Amino acid sequence: MTTTETPDILPRILDYANRADPYPLYAELRKTPVALQEDGSYVISTYRELSGILHDPHLSSDVRNLAHPMPAMQERATPSFINLDPPEHDRLRRLAMRHFGPPHTPGLVTGMEPDLTAVVAGLIDDFAGKQRIDIVDDFAYPFPVTVICHLLGVPREDEPRFHVWVNAIIDSIDYNPKTDPQEKLDNGVQATKALRQYLGGLLEQRHGHPGDDLLTRLANDDGPDGRMTDAEIVSTANLLLIAGHETTVNLITNGMLTLLRRPEVLQRLRAEPGLVVPLVEELLRYEPPVHIIPWRAAYSDISVGDTVIPKGSKIMLMLASGSRDPDRFHDPDRFDPDRQDNQHLGFGSGIHLCFGGPMARLETQIALTALVRRLADPSLVTDPPPYRPSPVLRGPIHLLIDQN
Amino acid sequence: MSTADTLQGFKRDGRVVIVGASLAGLRAAEALRDEGFTGKLTMIGDELGEPYDRPPLSKQVLTGWVPADGTTLPRRRDIDAEWLLGVPADGLDLANNHVRLADGRTIPFDRMLISTGVRARPWPVEAEAALDGVFVVRTREDAAGLQRAVAAGPSRVLIIGAGFTGSEIASICRERDIPVTVAELAPSPLVGGLGAMIGEIAADMQRAHGVDLRCGVKVTQLEGDAQGRVRRAHFSDGTAVDADVVVVALGGIRNTEWLRDSGLAVGVWGVACDAGCRAFDLNGLVTDDIFVAGDVARSPNPIYEYRFISLEHWANAVEQAEIAAHNMVSTQADRWPHLSIPTFWSIQFGVNIKSVGVPTYADEVVVTQGSVADHRFVAAYGYQGRVTAAVSFNNAKWLDHYRQLIETAAPFPPPCPTPDQPLDAKPVPVDFPGPTLLAQGATVVVTGHDPGERRVTAMRQRR
Repeated sequence: MTTTETPDILPRILDYANRADPYPLYAELRKTPVALQEDGSYVISTYRELSGILHDPHLSSDVRNLAHPMPAMQERATPSFINLDPPEHDRLRRLAMRHFGPPHTPGLVTGMEPDLTAVVAGLIDDFAGKQRIDIVDDFAYPFPVTVICHLLGVPREDEPRFHVWVNAIIDSIDYNPKTDPQEKLDNGVQATKALRQYLGGLLEQRHGHPGDDLLTRLANDDGPDGRMTDAEIVSTANLLLIAGHETTVNLITNGMLTLLRRPEVLQRLRAEPGLVVPLVEELLRYEPPVHIIPWRAAYSDISVGDTVIPKGSKIMLMLASGSRDPDRFHDPDRFDPDRQDNQHLGFGSGIHLCFGGPMARLETQIALTALVRRLADPSLVTDPPPYRPSPVLRGPIHLLIDQN
Repeated sequence: MSTADTLQGFKRDGRVVIVGASLAGLRAAEALRDEGFTGKLTMIGDELGEPYDRPPLSKQVLTGWVPADGTTLPRRRDIDAEWLLGVPADGLDLANNHVRLADGRTIPFDRMLISTGVRARPWPVEAEAALDGVFVVRTREDAAGLQRAVAAGPSRVLIIGAGFTGSEIASICRERDIPVTVAELAPSPLVGGLGAMIGEIAADMQRAHGVDLRCGVKVTQLEGDAQGRVRRAHFSDGTAVDADVVVVALGGIRNTEWLRDSGLAVGVWGVACDAGCRAFDLNGLVTDDIFVAGDVARSPNPIYEYRFISLEHWANAVEQAEIAAHNMVSTQADRWPHLSIPTFWSIQFGVNIKSVGVPTYADEVVVTQGSVADHRFVAAYGYQGRVTAAVSFNNAKWLDHYRQLIETAAPFPPPCPTPDQPLDAKPVPVDFPGPTLLAQGATVVVTGHDPGERRVTAMRQRR
């Protein structure tokens, strides 16, 4: 393995002009599995190196371990567990998991199935009589938002308020000081404050009037790890609210786009609903909603192959590139819902493995099954569709289809 | 006919016999079919019923959460085999390539897989072992019986042996608030597998959960009442305890007796084979047609200086079965070595314990991540300055990293600090129980003078 500077490939990947198809650039990038950048950061793009470093305890998620501080965006009180290392990460994730999954709450996700199916059916009912549909605005966005609002206990009718904040936050995640105006960062910081204040207000109400939602349970839990502080609950809810819909919207939309580009697979899914389970796994490999972990920090020197990444370095993990690595996946650029050995990086790996993965899977399985069943003869209006700005959370901003 | 033609012929019409129809045997059969073997496949097993999974027997089955007969192993594909169940194999005739069954039948083969595994070591005093309320835990009948006994709410359960199985059972009894005494000859629980440091942590865990843990003692006698029910146990330190359920958890005995006169290298330690699962004969020469997989196999591991290692681990059984199956239908040049790093897991007292590597192959151990006090940590094992194993308590997601350290012979102790590292982490001696606890008798004697006549013959086992 070699470490060389790749001055041009990464900027081209981040360039919006290549958003619709970054995969040839990923192939280019993989020629240098651990690529040192001009600014001293490292980009990792191959499967083995990615999965190795994702399990490496010397890889830190805490911005305070970077030798060169990040822009002010990250300097905020009480990071959520996605930005923390053990033991704090473990404690907060464990406290949140008590209410979300096994062993303490084993049936939560599967128990949501009837509700998810009903929400999906309602949204598709509204397609009636419309010839043209935007899969994003009319379906893939409202569906997970409704679900996460219900789960957390956030009023659905507040969506127009937090939508603006979440957009500004997502916009600032991949902030690049060289090309982006400071305004983008400032908007992100303001939006984070506003969203936290809003969630803090909801939590405040839970102390007086508990409901049957995650905010209530987090506020009133007394497990072996004790109770989260209000600040911790707000940062956890903030994380779950954003991650709970900004990723799933892309997964569902990328899924529908992939199916519309492959009518034979779409037909097969119609006839064989059970296919949706491996199909969604293949989607997570082939067109994942999260393409990049934009930064991690080297807590101490990290050996990746024969490269030593020095302590304090910033590390960028190209997950979507790893999932298309031909050294790991046979014929990786082929969408193959029957793929057997499919240990993709769609949800990351290691201790930060996507918290909401089980829910995202179920939402997407239900959504795609219902769409192919009920859309009579859908066709893409524009291919490629227009994409969202972010190279990190990548997906179409609109996906127009015609019902024929 | 070329070797390749012969192999193709064997794959098409050959006869494979698998002796031992449990996890390794079933997975080998599935892998053989996956590899394109279309010939005759015969499965021989001494238990009636389909192959089942054993890890749940000391866990979910014992709690009553999963019924014992709910542990049938999932079939990953149709194996189209002839099943000869309920009759053990009784002998192997290598000159004529057939297996002899206890009922007198002989089953011919072209290639054979031995996966006869391990049975529970019974309580050595037969009359005491026969008392009502005395259990071992190996088969699902054992587990079903013990589950009923535990569900009946015994006044006290005595567990003899604090290895993984004994400790898991103690944990489940305590969860149900049943008084438990654990008797262990070694200085602490789990010490034989994981060493003294982890042993002390395990002892603390047991005591914190209300187990009456007695280490360094031997059970000298199980005493029954007039109805033949176990009532009391006496210890080597002169004490005694009243118990109405006794679990004998003293490990296993490898099922090799049926191979005693076969001319294969077998003994109490198992059946010796190469890293490609081909059995050795008595002289240490590799055979061509006899393969071994699972608990009964003992094979050299290049990572551990080619030492012969036998493992009673679930993952090891699966991996060896797949390697053996592949090698059975491959030419010499296409054979695979079994090079995977062993892994093992256990759940007890609310803690998920998982290991990678061979912890007994170590001279030092150090806590590298987390907190021992919280029972949430990783400990790395080292042998002469390199990492050879790791054990996690409620921290299993890191073990892939340690696997890589083992595979690359990384220096011990690992030099780079991690975010969640105890400040005072210092390597300590690993300290396993001495050889007297593990001693086994010789199994062969060597005769002859010239190189052409030097031979090994099997000694009659003393047991």
